[in-house]
Amino acid sequence: MTNRSDIPVEKRGANHEPAGFSRRNLIAAATGLVGSIVAGRATADSLADVPPREVGADLGGHSERSKYVKISRIPEAAPGKRNVDPSDAINSKTPIDKLFGSITPSDLHYERSHSGVPDLDPVKHRLLVHGMVRNPLVFNVDDLKAMPSVSRVAFIECTGNGWENWKKADENLTVQNTHGLVSTNEWTGVPLKFLIDLVGKNRNSTWMLAEGGDAAGVARSIPLTDEILDEAFVAYGQNGEPLRPAHGFPMRLIMPGFEGNLNIKWLRRLKFGDRPWMTRWETARYTQLRANGKATQFQLRMETNSVITSPSGTMLIKPGYQRVTGLAWSGHGKIAKVEVSTDGAKSWKEAQLNLPVLRKAQTRFQMDWIWDGKPTKILSRATDEKGNVQPDRKSFIAAMGTNAMFHYNALQTWSIDETGRVRNVLD
Amino acid sequence: MSSTSKALLTGAIALALVSPVLAYDFGRPATPNEIALWDIDVRPDGKGLPPGSGTVAHGKQVFADNCAACHGDNGVGGIKDRLVGGWGTLASDAPVKTVGSFWPYATTLFDYIHRAMPYQAPGSLSSDDTYAVAAYILHLNDILPPDGKLDRDSLPKIKMPNRDGFVPEPEFDPAELFRKK
Repeated sequence: MTNRSDIPVEKRGANHEPAGFSRRNLIAAATGLVGSIVAGRATADSLADVPPREVGADLGGHSERSKYVKISRIPEAAPGKRNVDPSDAINSKTPIDKLFGSITPSDLHYERSHSGVPDLDPVKHRLLVHGMVRNPLVFNVDDLKAMPSVSRVAFIECTGNGWENWKKADENLTVQNTHGLVSTNEWTGVPLKFLIDLVGKNRNSTWMLAEGGDAAGVARSIPLTDEILDEAFVAYGQNGEPLRPAHGFPMRLIMPGFEGNLNIKWLRRLKFGDRPWMTRWETARYTQLRANGKATQFQLRMETNSVITSPSGTMLIKPGYQRVTGLAWSGHGKIAKVEVSTDGAKSWKEAQLNLPVLRKAQTRFQMDWIWDGKPTKILSRATDEKGNVQPDRKSFIAAMGTNAMFHYNALQTWSIDETGRVRNVLD
Repeated sequence: MSSTSKALLTGAIALALVSPVLAYDFGRPATPNEIALWDIDVRPDGKGLPPGSGTVAHGKQVFADNCAACHGDNGVGGIKDRLVGGWGTLASDAPVKTVGSFWPYATTLFDYIHRAMPYQAPGSLSSDDTYAVAAYILHLNDILPPDGKLDRDSLPKIKMPNRDGFVPEPEFDPAELFRKK
């Protein structure tokens, strides 16, 4: 198969459609995925049955999602503890099996909060920037909005993404359950470098503490590498609107490609120093316990990763044409290619990548597949521009053990049985 | 670090090109008194620890009043994180990560209690009570004796049992890490 990943999908001609492609098959395959949307595509389909046109609802100040679309996040208290009382939830997972393209709707962006979502009045909120600086300064939201801004599409991923599958695979999990702790939004804000210049950072300061205004005062030490100095920014905008409260309103740190926890929400303090502070989150929490009992610390970058979102866990498919699609992302930069196997990792084919492919943003991939109705396993494997390849599960576990909890990026395998039921399996 | 100063220089040039305004057009100077209100972080060398002190005995009462409801009477068996025990489990199939078995720095314990606990009223404990309850939790983990006491001098000197249990990621590069193993 020719590599056509550099051609925008929408510009490909009709001749790209494979033999056997038909709209009816596509719809049949998709019913498991978006049943509520295509409900009513029953046997005797006639245009005569389509309801007549009618005058619609009044125009409003903002528009709601269609009542026919049932789509929501799933709050979770711990691996395997789902649909819990909201007061027990520590995160809420994005329905990546029901989304298109690569941008996550703001209200469906995954959430990890350590002490609830604070109600912050932007008029009263302040950001203190101090420590090893010449001029410690206090900023409000209007100050930030008046500064030169950047906008950037970037993924944020909780280091706990994938934590369901460390030790075993529950066959009843959806891809929302296994991989719903990653999302991609466009964020707008002020480059960290601009703030650093305003306060006059001491050249001997190599680390920065970023602290949130949530009850827990979540705080992380951030090494001021050239990459981070070039790319980090303090955001006040999310997908064109002010940040949602769950995502840090009125301001948050954005650290493209790095652990979600470093993207401190409700940012209220940046302190410059010359060493890490060893906060609870970078010692006791977001460190990865290895098989030998030692824990890896400051594994700050998110890894090269991908997952097939359709067909995926709990879906039911029929023999014939399938559109295999999914998402790939890497904290190292751009996704270079995604390969898909439909025979249990024996052979691989390169999938198409939807453009634009952006650095440290989720990239949509897709591939045509004719399922012959025989049991098989499907999986995707991402490679990024730095040459990092997503590891197979056996090598990954051999290296990491099964106690790490965080930074799981092994290949995700979906098993399909003879009835077309798709299940989560380890490999 | 030369790369940092280079980055600073580049930033300064970018600033000069992008924005002709003066620094104080954005924000206002922070006063020492207001910085002190918010400057709560504590480092492993003890920098940031406030004056004050607390005993294991007093900490037992602070714990009963503020912590036991979620963490259990002796830091075990509560509905939230277990704080005590777990020694020797880190390399097993069921590791138990507690303050005693896993946390590498006693200063982190003070910092975390002081900023984030008790969950419903973070920051409500005085410095004395925070030293005391940290002392009590360390006592429950056999790190401090029953007559133990903590202050800004003694706390950073405590060597936690798992102090050497952490290995930093070299240059944050998972691919390097993957090859190494």
